[in-house]
Amino acid sequence: MMNLSSGPAVAAMIGAIVLTATAADVVLASAMRAVGDLDRIKAEHGLRGAIWAVVSEGRFLAGVAFSALSFFSLLFSLSHADVSLIAPAAGSLTFVTNALAAKWVLHENVDRRRWLAALLVCCGVALLKH
Amino acid sequence: MGVVTLASAFGDTFLAIGMKRLGPVSLTHPDALLFALRTPWVVSGVLLLLVWTACYLTALSWADLTFVLPATSLAYVAVAVLSRFWLHEQISPARWLGIALITAGVGFVTQGPAYTPRGSIDSP
Repeated sequence: MMNLSSGPAVAAMIGAIVLTATAADVVLASAMRAVGDLDRIKAEHGLRGAIWAVVSEGRFLAGVAFSALSFFSLLFSLSHADVSLIAPAAGSLTFVTNALAAKWVLHENVDRRRWLAALLVCCGVALLKH
Repeated sequence: MGVVTLASAFGDTFLAIGMKRLGPVSLTHPDALLFALRTPWVVSGVLLLLVWTACYLTALSWADLTFVLPATSLAYVAVAVLSRFWLHEQISPARWLGIALITAGVGFVTQGPAYTPRGSIDSP
């Protein structure tokens, strides 16, 4: 059986957290884009209407499922590796993969300013969690 | 966006206070986590994180993901400041540098538009 504390295994666990977290964010963002401006929906249909608009969107449920997957891969990895490695690595990498996914999947207009912001936040989170 | 940051930061801090009062949870006794759900600090932490989710989703409904994510990362800074002055944790120089980098990143992204049209060519 593979040693789950070895370098490649830990890298794979971090990869799993980053992938599922990115999928969750992208799917949720795409769901909310499909739902439309929530403030306007709330003004027209009330709070209940706004909540219903969100939970009846299939992609929202998929996003929640990916969030749960990400959370459990985090819990799993924390039982095999140090939190001081997992938390900064997963937290900061997610900002970069999210920017890539937002550009390629959501076709957001990721300009130089946003790349820079993603990189700065990525480095900042890595430093903060050490 | 301010509510997102504050709700998330206070939610995390409340959870931290609640869990510290409870003591470390052993992996062999996961039922201790169920007990944690009954302490007021943890309950208010969970409620605040619910508020955070609602605000985060609302922000995503009118802004790009690449705008919302850096902007909400100010919560990391707020958690660090709260834990320094309230929980009296020590913050190393590397962490202060991290806080500065995140703040700079947020400053950059909030100077641009929150929402950009789909599929347009990147501005240089």
